[in-house]
Amino acid sequence: MATQKEVLLDPVFNNNPIALQVLGICSALAVTVSMTTTLVMAAAVTAVTALSNLSIALIRNRIPTNIRIIVQMTIIASLVIVVDEVLQAYAFDISKKLSVFVGLIITNCIVMGRAEAFAMQNGPWLSFLDGVGNGLGYSTILVLVALIREPLGAGTLMGFEILPKVTDGGWYQTNGLLLLAPSAFFIIGGLIWAIRAWKPAQVERAEYKIAPNVQYRGAL
Amino acid sequence: MLEHYLGLLIRAVFIENMALTFFLGMCTFIAISKKIETAIGLGIAVMVVLAITTPVNNLIYNHLLREGALSWAGFPDVDLSFIGLLAYIGVIAAIVQILEMVLDRYVPFLYNALGVFLPLITVNCAILGAHLFMIERDYTLGESAVFGVGAGLGWALAITALAGVREKLKYSDVPDGLRGLGITFMSVGLIALCFMSFGGIDI
Repeated sequence: MATQKEVLLDPVFNNNPIALQVLGICSALAVTVSMTTTLVMAAAVTAVTALSNLSIALIRNRIPTNIRIIVQMTIIASLVIVVDEVLQAYAFDISKKLSVFVGLIITNCIVMGRAEAFAMQNGPWLSFLDGVGNGLGYSTILVLVALIREPLGAGTLMGFEILPKVTDGGWYQTNGLLLLAPSAFFIIGGLIWAIRAWKPAQVERAEYKIAPNVQYRGAL
Repeated sequence: MLEHYLGLLIRAVFIENMALTFFLGMCTFIAISKKIETAIGLGIAVMVVLAITTPVNNLIYNHLLREGALSWAGFPDVDLSFIGLLAYIGVIAAIVQILEMVLDRYVPFLYNALGVFLPLITVNCAILGAHLFMIERDYTLGESAVFGVGAGLGWALAITALAGVREKLKYSDVPDGLRGLGITFMSVGLIALCFMSFGGIDI
C-alpha cells in the first residue's frame, strides 16, 4: 500500500502527468505564455483534480460501472463551473485571457484519468492527496515552461520587467519565437529529456535498433 | 454567401487548426499517433462527431441557454448560460453514445474500424474546445456546421501528418532520454511552426 507521502509526491517527478503519463497537455501549451495566467491555471487544475478525486472516491462504491464515465463527467463539469464562476467574479481580466481554457479543464485528461485510475479504487483521503499531487506535477511543468517563456520572450515576469528590452532602451533583444505556441513544445520536449537524463528508469525502450555494419568489417 | 462559408471552412482547417494552432485534443493527438491507419480512423471519428455536435450545441445555446432565449416559454429574464459547460459535455457524451449504437447497427464496418476510439472522443478537448469557440464567436447555425466540419478536418489532417512523421522516426537513432515522448513533442513543435505560415493569410 502506498504511503500518503508517496501518493502526494510521486507525481511531481517520478510519475509526472505531463512528462510520463501524457495527460493534460493541451492547456500546458496554450496558457504558459505569461506567468500570471500560468499560476491561475495551475491553481484551478489542482483544485478541480483534488476535489473531483475526493468526491468520486466518496461515492465510488455506489456508481454503477456502466454509467461511471457520465457520472464522473457531471461531477467534474460542476466543479469546473464553480471554478469558472469564481474566476469571473474575482479575477475577471485573467479569466478573459484564459478564455476557453478554463472550460476545457473538464476534458483535461489529468482530471478524468486520475478519477478513473485512482479515485475509483482508493479511499477519499488518499484520492484527495493523489489529486493534489498530480495537480502539483502539472503545475511544476507549467511553471518551468512559463519561467523560460515569459522572461526570454517578453523580458518580463508576472508583468514586471526583469530584462530591459532594446525597444525601451535596454540591452535585451526579445526572442519572438518564445511568445509563439510551438516554442512550448520544444521546451517541454527539452524538459522531458532533462527529467529522463536524471531518472533513467523513465527512458522508453527503442523499437528498432540499427544493426552494426558487419559485412563491411568482415571485408577488412 | 458561399464565399463566406468557404472562407470559414479554410480558416478552420488551416489557419486556426484545432491541433496545431490552439493545441486542443493534444493528449489523444500524441498518444494515438503511432500508426497512420489508427490516426486516420480517429481523425474521421472526431470529424463526424464535431460535424454533428457543433450545430446541435449551437441550437441548444441559442434557444435554451443564452440570456433571453427562453422568452418563447414565458421566461424572458432567465439566463442559463452558466450551466452551458454541463449541457455541452452532456450533449457530446449522449451523441457519441447514440452514434456508437447507430454505427453498430447499420454500418458495422465503420464501427469496427473506429472501435475503441468512439468512447474516447467524449474527453477529446478538440470537441469541447470547438464548441466553446463557436459560442464565443457567436456563429449562426450554418456557420457552426461549417466550422464543425472544418475543425474536425483540420484535426484529422494534423494527426495523420504527425503519424506519418512518427512512423519514419522510429527507425532513426534518437538520444536515449529523448526517445518516444520527447522527440514527438519536438516534431509536433516543428509541424506547428510550419502551420504558422498560414497565419498571415486573411480570408
